[in-house]
Amino acid sequence: MTRIDDNPTGVGHAVTVRGLVKHYGETKALDGVDLDVREGTVMGVLGPNGAGKTTLVRILSTLIAPDAGQATVAGYDVVRQPRQLRRVIGLTGQYASVDEKLPGWENLYLIGRLLDLSRKEARARADELLERFSLTEAARRPAGTYSGGMRRRLDLAASMIGRPAVLYLDEPTTGLDPRTRNEVWDEVKAMVGDGVTVLLTTQYMEEAEQLASELTVVDRGQVIAKGGIEELKAKVGGRTLRVRPLDPLQLRPLAHMLDELGITGLASTTLDTETSTLLVPILSDEQLTAVVGAVTARGITISAITTELPSLDEVFLSLTGHRASAPQDAAPADDRQEVAV
Amino acid sequence: MSTATLSPAAAKADTPIPLRAHLRHTGALIRRNLLWIRQDPESMFDAVLFPVIFTLLFVYVFGGSIGQSLGGGQDRYVQYVIPGLLAMMGMNMAQGVGTGFNQDFNSGVMDRFRSLPIGRGSVLFAKIAVELMRMLFASVVLMVVAVLVGYDIKHWPGLLASIGLSAVFGSALMWVFLTLGVVMKNAQSVQAMGFLVLMPLQFGSSIFAPPASMPGWLQAFTDYNPLSTLADTARGLMEGGPIAHDLWVTLIWSVGLTAIMAPVAIHKFRTKS
Repeated sequence: MTRIDDNPTGVGHAVTVRGLVKHYGETKALDGVDLDVREGTVMGVLGPNGAGKTTLVRILSTLIAPDAGQATVAGYDVVRQPRQLRRVIGLTGQYASVDEKLPGWENLYLIGRLLDLSRKEARARADELLERFSLTEAARRPAGTYSGGMRRRLDLAASMIGRPAVLYLDEPTTGLDPRTRNEVWDEVKAMVGDGVTVLLTTQYMEEAEQLASELTVVDRGQVIAKGGIEELKAKVGGRTLRVRPLDPLQLRPLAHMLDELGITGLASTTLDTETSTLLVPILSDEQLTAVVGAVTARGITISAITTELPSLDEVFLSLTGHRASAPQDAAPADDRQEVAV
Repeated sequence: MSTATLSPAAAKADTPIPLRAHLRHTGALIRRNLLWIRQDPESMFDAVLFPVIFTLLFVYVFGGSIGQSLGGGQDRYVQYVIPGLLAMMGMNMAQGVGTGFNQDFNSGVMDRFRSLPIGRGSVLFAKIAVELMRMLFASVVLMVVAVLVGYDIKHWPGLLASIGLSAVFGSALMWVFLTLGVVMKNAQSVQAMGFLVLMPLQFGSSIFAPPASMPGWLQAFTDYNPLSTLADTARGLMEGGPIAHDLWVTLIWSVGLTAIMAPVAIHKFRTKS
């Protein structure tokens, strides 16, 4: 397990979690979790459904109390100082938590008032955030009539009203189509640019890579790996290069060639004979360039070439030796259920 | 809970919320609940239809025969039943409060409220305030229908006091239903539970018919059934007659229910996982 033990930059920790435990009967939603999020960074918490991600976020936003362990956010203890803590956090849930019967503007105004803004300030903040999240035109429509992406943007806007120091994004793009997902990612990146510290939970390696600088991988309530994105990617084999020669008969010679080429640190290739594709695990851009160079030098015609990130399943397989979700003996099938227990 | 060492910030106690902030938060949430009504005017149907239907039903279906037993006719029954129905209005609105609250919980919006630095009770107080407004509206509708079917308002202060008392008992009951709304899984079960509890209280009372002809054990029940004592107090206030016993029993019920159930509801609201 890779640990970031020290904090050489001297930047403080926005979130500190030590030995956090939460059990629901027999289910160990959190089973001794440690976590540090440095100020101004994005920490990705990656794990399958039921890993305990949502339970972690709910404890850190004071919605539920831990059974044991300690957690502080911006220096405030989740158990002893919930009110002060609530003032410095923003929460965006897995299921967009806006009032569907209220127009977008009213949703934001309400939260402004609940955060002790004056009427004037609350009005101005609502207008400003609707503008920023491109919702001005839909401001007077009930949020229930919004599309999935609009609702998620309104949810993000709502969590930004109090200018939080720490923002929790609990699976912000689950259930969104790819285009909307990119939209949300852009918004999140802009928010991070403003200096907010983000705790992001996700099931997607791709999302973690897009947004997070550091990653904590959780499984069945425990941290199974943590470190920088690059570090973890190296650990799980980085990307996979898929090469399909035009002539399927070239497949084996190509594989042999790459194996014998001796590119530094290149792991062994695998053949997917069904699709006549060669799969090459790639750890660095240098390796990628070397492989592509070698293939071209050999004069083999390529009909398709792509790189892809390891899926959550592959990450888990390489970190733990088992698949991401083992539903029979693990926690309930999804985080939401775990919460309802 | 946690026995770990205190961080510097943790040494400070949690800051209390000033009263003005409480009022501001509750006000903002009242506005939210009123906007719901504007968005969905059908949610006011019960406040309009209930007084109309109950008045017409009881006055025209049972009015003649119960009126006879009261030593009069339908007119006599109108004077009897209207204060009872008015007293019931608070209870009636209370039933709905848990249902709406439960729906709130099943959307994610309650999570957002609970993650904001607002007082534990604000969300609940706002809900009760809006239900009381609905109750006042329903009471006005009832009195209009009452006058149309021939009710004679003899004593205005008594009428207003009756509405006030119905609101007091109604808000006490609302804490019970808010608790159910938080604890129970879905809106349907909240509704079914409310119906099961209130149905016997409602009909085993003096609201619709005088208990004199009921068997002894049921009379003993109605004597301390808060809906009976509430109805009898309203009758005393509006029609004249002694109210001391009934008023006391009603107030004890109201204060007792509130004292027990309000903290329970707020606690359940905060600790719901």
